[in-house]
Amino acid sequence: MPSLWISNARVIDPAAKRDSVGDLFIKDGKFVASLSAAELKKAKKIDAKGLVACPGLVDIHVHFREPGQMHKETIETGSRAAAAGGFTSVVCMPNTAPVADTAGTIQQIKDSIARTACIKVYPTGCITVGMKGQALAPIGSLKRAGVIAITDDGDCVQSNELMRRACEYAKMFDLPLMDHCQDHSMTVGAVMNEGVVSTRLGLKGWPNAAEDIIVARNVVLATYTGAHIHMQHISSKNSVEILRRAKARGVPVSAEATPHHIALTDEALGTYDTHFKMNPPLRTEEDRVAIIEGLRDGTLDILATDHAPHTDYEKDKEFDYAPNGILGLETALPISLEILVRKNKFKLPYVIDLLTRKPANLLKLEAGTLAVGAPADVCLFDPDEKWLYDAKAGFSKSSNSPWHGQTLQGRVKTTIVDGKVVFNHGKIS
Amino acid sequence: MPWTRRHLITLEELSLDEINQIHATATAFKKILGRSVKKVPALRGKTIVNLFLEPSTRTRMAFDMAAKRLSADVISMDGSSSSTTKGETLRDTAQNIEALGADLIVIRHAAAGSPLYLSKILGIPVINAGDGAHEHPTQGLLDTFTMREHLGSLKGRKVVILGDILFSRVARSNIHALNKLGANVTVVGPSTLVPHTLKAMGVTVSHDLRSALADADVVMLLRIQHERQSSGMFPSLGEYTSLFGLNKTRAGWLNPKAIIMHPGPINRGVEIDSELADGERSVILEQVTNGIAVRMAVLYLCSGGQPESVVSAE
Repeated sequence: MPSLWISNARVIDPAAKRDSVGDLFIKDGKFVASLSAAELKKAKKIDAKGLVACPGLVDIHVHFREPGQMHKETIETGSRAAAAGGFTSVVCMPNTAPVADTAGTIQQIKDSIARTACIKVYPTGCITVGMKGQALAPIGSLKRAGVIAITDDGDCVQSNELMRRACEYAKMFDLPLMDHCQDHSMTVGAVMNEGVVSTRLGLKGWPNAAEDIIVARNVVLATYTGAHIHMQHISSKNSVEILRRAKARGVPVSAEATPHHIALTDEALGTYDTHFKMNPPLRTEEDRVAIIEGLRDGTLDILATDHAPHTDYEKDKEFDYAPNGILGLETALPISLEILVRKNKFKLPYVIDLLTRKPANLLKLEAGTLAVGAPADVCLFDPDEKWLYDAKAGFSKSSNSPWHGQTLQGRVKTTIVDGKVVFNHGKIS
Repeated sequence: MPWTRRHLITLEELSLDEINQIHATATAFKKILGRSVKKVPALRGKTIVNLFLEPSTRTRMAFDMAAKRLSADVISMDGSSSSTTKGETLRDTAQNIEALGADLIVIRHAAAGSPLYLSKILGIPVINAGDGAHEHPTQGLLDTFTMREHLGSLKGRKVVILGDILFSRVARSNIHALNKLGANVTVVGPSTLVPHTLKAMGVTVSHDLRSALADADVVMLLRIQHERQSSGMFPSLGEYTSLFGLNKTRAGWLNPKAIIMHPGPINRGVEIDSELADGERSVILEQVTNGIAVRMAVLYLCSGGQPESVVSAE
């Protein structure tokens, strides 16, 4: 593997508080402080003038649909979409078919990752058997098999008692719990946010309260058990406020926001376009603003995509019957730049922190830094380039994106994993 | 202005002028319904498919009747006899109907937004005969048509819609039409079925029957569905009737010339006293008759007819 010399980049490394134009050197898959004159001569040089070089992006919430739903996505196609979006580490949700609730399934996933993934992919396991919310999954075996967190994503654990025991048990292994916060009794048949728009469209709404109640429940359980509960894709203003107060008290909770919840609202559903249907749903402008403010003051720790591929024919249905979920990996960076940096005046290094070091730290991944000796995972992007996003031409197996056909600003040029260029100028290498 | 719309999906998107054109056309067709030969050749040679994927008697029969009065060939299909029960998608079912040579499709579907979805897929006109809790545009048109027959202009008139507004497509279509026609709309009923979010649709939201009915020119009742009770929306039908049922005393709060409407099917003794339903202020059966004239107008116009040529269509 040739050494790499990335020259003249705007190097942003939130961990080192670095934001300056300079060079990055990579040797044997790790960052090094410098290369000798002889090494420089032999190194592959990447002229990064005008580009930002930051740690490879980290997404702790993706659905790669393997095993069992490989018509939507595979670890191979999903990891390519991730690389194209600048991501070098991602965390897969366990709601596959079968769900990842045994060590055997985790091993199967890990085998496929080793064979087919072009970036680092980490598995999670279920909290409960079959993700049915009735009995604890073999969490110890899952940990030994290599999961880095447990979650019943998509099927929030409804029993407070079972969730409490899961917290206590997972804490023994230092495993975080990631929860999709949704009280099912309040969301039967619900397909969008409950409010003015659902009333007008005649669609069954799912109220913020159904999220807020579980967020509050999880705050209580994290306080009581001391386990780390990570709240997935927070969408509601009240939930942000509940988390803000919990964090002020030092409760071990964390939370993520998605690019779509900071960019879009339920007003986008006026034409019943299923590319705007996901769970939790797009909410109101008030919620959207609250989530951005939650990211600004650190109440919400990180950005995560909830990349959820579905085929065209699955999404091409009556709104009530279409599955929840949209793609996220190939658009996350430009959307985050647009909403947070350009529209809401976040500092670029801070947004990069939300996409790199912070998510890596939450799950203790060896990622998110450009420090000497660290794995050489890099994202090189042009923050200004405008480009037409064609979801059908993307690397995901599916194309269910609300941003299909739109001009986005900010484009990933090169993605490097362990010192190897895996994505370069539109091509997977 | 000539009629240019091919689909009828919502009343929200119709202009006042378009509503007036439909009503004018319906008036002309209604005259035909009173003759001994109740048929005109306006749509002779055209085939209309009624795709009813949710149960319906009144609306389906009225569309059937309307198409036949216009001399169209009609095929009616319901959910249980269609391939949707075998797992065929709505897109495939509808495209097959188009490939079979249908000239227009009328769709009733439990999922809101389905008619809009079909209108984007198909090359033939799509008429919404009720989509979930979203809209039921021909019902809104026939209701306002009936109101205008009795009250003349609806400008400044107080129209009260009473009952399960949350789940009612009839209410939504009426609200859009009545707002355009200048009426003042009040929706009233239990707070679980009449959410405050309705205010954004330009109506007054009330949970007090007396003030809501006071001096109203029209009260439109909506059917109370038993399944709402089991899902916890209100305690019992008995309590509903005692709080919100229309009876003689409460009807006395209305404007003396007010009319009583109901899109059917009626639960006698629940949302309305049986006597009132049959009383002289009730226009419930007129609504049904007008439903044919209004649907004739809609089928005719969306098939390419023009309002002023109705007479020649005779």
